[in-house]
Amino acid sequence: MLIQEIIFYAFSIIMIVAATLVISVRNPVYSVLYLILTFFSAAALWILLGAEFLAIILVLVYVGAVMVLFLFVLMMLNVDLSRVNEGFVKNLPLGLLVAAIMLAEILVVLWYKGRTGIEDFPIPEPLSADYSNTAEIGQRLFTQYLWPFELAGIVLLVAIVAAIALTMRKREGVKTQSIPKQVQADKRDRVKLIDMPVEGVEDK
Amino acid sequence: MNWQDLQVAAPEIIVLLMACGLLILDLFVSEQRRGLIHLVSLLILALAAIITLRGIPAIDAVTPVMAFGDTYVRDSMGDLLKVFAYLLMAMMLIYSRHYLRQFDMYRSEYYALALFALLGAMVLISAASMITIYLGLELMSLSLYAMVALKRDDKVATEAAMKYFILGSMASGMLLYGMSMIYGATGSLQIHEISQAIANQGSDNMILLLGLVFTVVALAFKFGLVPFHMWVPDVYQGAPAPVTLFISSVPKLAAFAMTIRLLQDSLGGLHGDWQGMLLMVGVLSIALGNLAALAQSNIKRMLAYSTIAHMGFVMLGLLSGTPEGYGASMFYVITYALMSAGAFGVVIFMSSKGIEADNLDDYKGLNQRNPWFAAMFALLLLSLAGVPVLVGFFAKWLVLQAVVNVGMTWLALVAVIFSVIGAFYYLRVIKLMYFDKADIETPISAPSDFRAVLTGNALLVLVLGIFSGPLIAACMAAF
Repeated sequence: MLIQEIIFYAFSIIMIVAATLVISVRNPVYSVLYLILTFFSAAALWILLGAEFLAIILVLVYVGAVMVLFLFVLMMLNVDLSRVNEGFVKNLPLGLLVAAIMLAEILVVLWYKGRTGIEDFPIPEPLSADYSNTAEIGQRLFTQYLWPFELAGIVLLVAIVAAIALTMRKREGVKTQSIPKQVQADKRDRVKLIDMPVEGVEDK
Repeated sequence: MNWQDLQVAAPEIIVLLMACGLLILDLFVSEQRRGLIHLVSLLILALAAIITLRGIPAIDAVTPVMAFGDTYVRDSMGDLLKVFAYLLMAMMLIYSRHYLRQFDMYRSEYYALALFALLGAMVLISAASMITIYLGLELMSLSLYAMVALKRDDKVATEAAMKYFILGSMASGMLLYGMSMIYGATGSLQIHEISQAIANQGSDNMILLLGLVFTVVALAFKFGLVPFHMWVPDVYQGAPAPVTLFISSVPKLAAFAMTIRLLQDSLGGLHGDWQGMLLMVGVLSIALGNLAALAQSNIKRMLAYSTIAHMGFVMLGLLSGTPEGYGASMFYVITYALMSAGAFGVVIFMSSKGIEADNLDDYKGLNQRNPWFAAMFALLLLSLAGVPVLVGFFAKWLVLQAVVNVGMTWLALVAVIFSVIGAFYYLRVIKLMYFDKADIETPISAPSDFRAVLTGNALLVLVLGIFSGPLIAACMAAF
């Protein structure tokens, strides 16, 4: 038990510290890196809970794809750091108010369920060794939740169709590459050989 | 999942497969033969209609049939709404071909996105779980956002699409927030399990009420009800006219089904709480919709405010909370979609050579330019205003009757007074068409299929008014 507790507290502390740093560091690139650290710690906690498939997905999808996209956007947009942090003090009261409301809501839920003490949140039962989280998710996804699962796929298909329909269009002045045109290019169209006398050499 | 599940959900599956097939077919069709895509789309709708009307052969179709682990439900309300969704979509496609050609938008993505939007509406109509409600809504909305933006080089359309997208995402967020609270309070996402849980634990629950508030806000947004109506006029004005037609018809049917599934089927135990909320948004919508429409000079904006007012009427039937009221609202929403499709059909009819006829002045002297369609438009406008014998009158009548039957006579009076005020702006268009001189004398022409469908659409409003019995009976039987 002790090792598990050490792992749990270690990763929890890292996660909380990293999450605080996400919103407090000045450089957005550091923010993104701290967010990655937060996700990693959360993934570790999930593995501790026996949800190894979800943990791997979290790392692959969020750290591997979403965060890289974030970094991409940040670096491409070249965000002006001084302007990002400008309204921090001005907006702080509003932010605290929203945070307080959300905290109150969470407390109301807990209070309503009568879960006020730590003993109401027991350590989950350890899973048996032959339990497969991945198999369980797969089975649920393709039996009980087949219809929503397929629909989610169609939503993504619509996103692709819409993105292509909105961006692929013929417009003046677009420098797109046309492979057939490049292949058909002929040297006679591009290079012109001109006979001209060479200076300094006398004609015989 | 088994063979029966596939049979139950056959309409959706057919539309999905054929829409994907359409995308592939497009690769092999040259631009000159785009008409084939149009015909195939209409064929898909006809096929879906046949499958829906045929019912499920193996089972008695009257009782609701659940499928896919109770996330999908097939019942008579859903079937009726779906059949009208196919009809409206087919009319929209026929109207839009003429428009798309003139505005250089004749591309197969338009058809594919429209079919996906229809699929989203169908999923929403048949949803039996919070997850399917949300996914259906997103599928429908995402396709619609893209359709509004399809006219890429038009600044107004792009702005409308952005507004629609941002506000729509916010409404989806609200809905999810509400759903999560309902889930927290009842422990289930399944509609019938939620209603069971509320029956067991009683409705005196803070979290449940908070969830209900968020859900009603999201519904009001999707219907475009005051005070969540800001997007409606801008989107109606900015979107290409056929897309506006689409937004004002099929999604309204879906939003109605969504309201029934969420408020009646799952949160029916909280009727006392949501009645007041719907009352407020309903009355405000009828009042503001009718008053603001008076001040419009753009016909698309005017019809947008008229939509807001009409959706307020739909709320009146829903808030009564009786089967009679639900049936009346369903009749209202179906007939409204038909009338609005016809009205926007005329707007498309008048548009030509890249210019939309969206100013009221464009309708001056329509009687001289094309007497037949001036008469058809007059018929549609009179029906929207609620003049007797036309179907719009019976829709209003049934809703008001339902409200009076639950003892809210004052509400019926308020609704009638604002409808009378609202009749003015419909009649003003008729006055422009018949008593003003036209600025341009050129006659208007459109393809024969367009003219036939528009005529049929307008006459349907008259026929359904005179023989309103069967449709009313079908709507009442659904509850």
